[in-house]
Amino acid sequence: MTAYSQGMRVQLDTEKCQGHNRCYALAPELFDVDDYGTAVLLVEGDIPAELEDKARLAVANCPEYAITIEGESP
Amino acid sequence: MTSIYGPVTDWATDFDHVDPEYNPNAHQIWDDLRENGCPVASSERYGGLWAPLTHEYVREVAYDTENFTSRGVIVSTARPIAEAPIGPAPPITSDPPFHQIARKLLLPPFAPKQIDPWEPEIRTLCRGLLDDMGDITPGESIIDAAVQYAQNIPVNVIARMLGFPTTDDEIFRGFVHDIVENVNVDPEEREAAIGPLDAYLDIQIEEHRANPRDDLTTYLMNVEIDGNKLSHEHVRGSIVLLLIAGIDTTWSAIGSSLWHLATHPDDLERLVKEPELMTFAIEEFLRAYAPVTMARLVAKDNDFHGCPMKENQWVLLPFPAANRDPEFFDDASEVHLDRAENRHAAFGLGIHRCLGSNLARLELRVAVEEFIGRFPAFALDGPVTWSNGQIRGPRKLPVRITALA
Ligand code: HEM
Ligand code: SF4
Repeated sequence: MTAYSQGMRVQLDTEKCQGHNRCYALAPELFDVDDYGTAVLLVEGDIPAELEDKARLAVANCPEYAITIEGESP
Repeated sequence: MTSIYGPVTDWATDFDHVDPEYNPNAHQIWDDLRENGCPVASSERYGGLWAPLTHEYVREVAYDTENFTSRGVIVSTARPIAEAPIGPAPPITSDPPFHQIARKLLLPPFAPKQIDPWEPEIRTLCRGLLDDMGDITPGESIIDAAVQYAQNIPVNVIARMLGFPTTDDEIFRGFVHDIVENVNVDPEEREAAIGPLDAYLDIQIEEHRANPRDDLTTYLMNVEIDGNKLSHEHVRGSIVLLLIAGIDTTWSAIGSSLWHLATHPDDLERLVKEPELMTFAIEEFLRAYAPVTMARLVAKDNDFHGCPMKENQWVLLPFPAANRDPEFFDDASEVHLDRAENRHAAFGLGIHRCLGSNLARLELRVAVEEFIGRFPAFALDGPVTWSNGQIRGPRKLPVRITALA
């Protein structure tokens, strides 16, 4: 990584989310759930570097492909 | 009640998931079919049946609510009488746009923050079941982990949530059995199975009308769509659904997970030593031993990858087969307790995602934790009996306990 590299950004497609809640279980620092059990993204913009692994874990466990990392294919 | 169909002659063209040979051998059957270039098995039974077996095809059917209707989700010789989009047991039997309305009503009581507080009560229930097994002598005592343990957990939990007498659990299990297992009998015999359940629920609903309380039944009786309360039939249908959807399924998931541990001593030892693996292990059990195969009816004639599907034929949604598709998962037929990438479809895909998934996961995790917490070593000892039909799990699971905590 260079000093110029950008931080990681996470995107949540609420149309695709069906509330499996894998993200909330695996990365509660990044995802909350609303009263209907649908995911809510907690972090806007770059996420803290120490949460990048958790973000990847959430992506890799969402059955509906609702979570992506900006610039990466799911 | 006996099947009106004989034994399967060929799994590719005479497929029958209710054949007693199916569930015990399902993993092999899917692998053989896929390897022999048959991604969609078929059958003339039940008035026409298709069974897509790859993750891609299962996903495609699950997402396509135009060509496939949920009006019927349990394959049987009969066709459901109630019409789409509502169907007999909303939301599972509903199609868009009504589906979303019926589903939204049920989502709040099953959201994680409503379900998590049940954990201590589920734990107490599991410990009570373990206590009821009496004195265990390591190396000698054999218990039935399906009959004495797994089967009692979901039925008790849902009865408590609904506010029904927990002493009626035998009755619920009988109803569920009649509905989900006796599907290959005469249509009339099948319709007759539903009557007693409706009558039982009418009494429970009446009782709640007289004594409303803080439980799911009262919630369903009070909740409103556009300012109107639900009809009696809608309330009753939703309860039928919760009983049917929540009991055999979770019982099977707990049973299959314990079956795995009883037949894989290394995994059992590892899970006992590394409890932090539990979150991943539970998902891996759900993937490898997904208990639920759903179904759809073909809504309009369509060509599905070369299969001429006709209106009113059945299409199975074998999420368990999708979960073992080697095209989608690395090492699909191996259980890896620490599998980090796991987009399994045990709870379905798309708009009908299991409404009870948060509850089911909680019950499964607590049940496994408490069992291995009490019995850190155990092994299969005797013949296993598997269920019949769309819900797959062990119904008899004799294990010899070899160590106590
Ligand atoms: C491990 C246990 C369970 C498994 C594997 C499971 C699996 C499934 C699957 C695959 C579906 C999708 C149906 C479809 O696509 O047609 C579903 C739907 C449903 N499940 Fe579960 N289930 C389990 C436990 C539960 C529990 C405990 C409850 C509630 C008490 C429940 C309630 C429901 C409901 C209400 C639906 C219908 C949702 C809709 O149509 O929108 N399930 N389940
Ligand atoms: S894992 Fe995916 S589908 Fe599930 S709540 Fe998170 S974003 Fe939604």
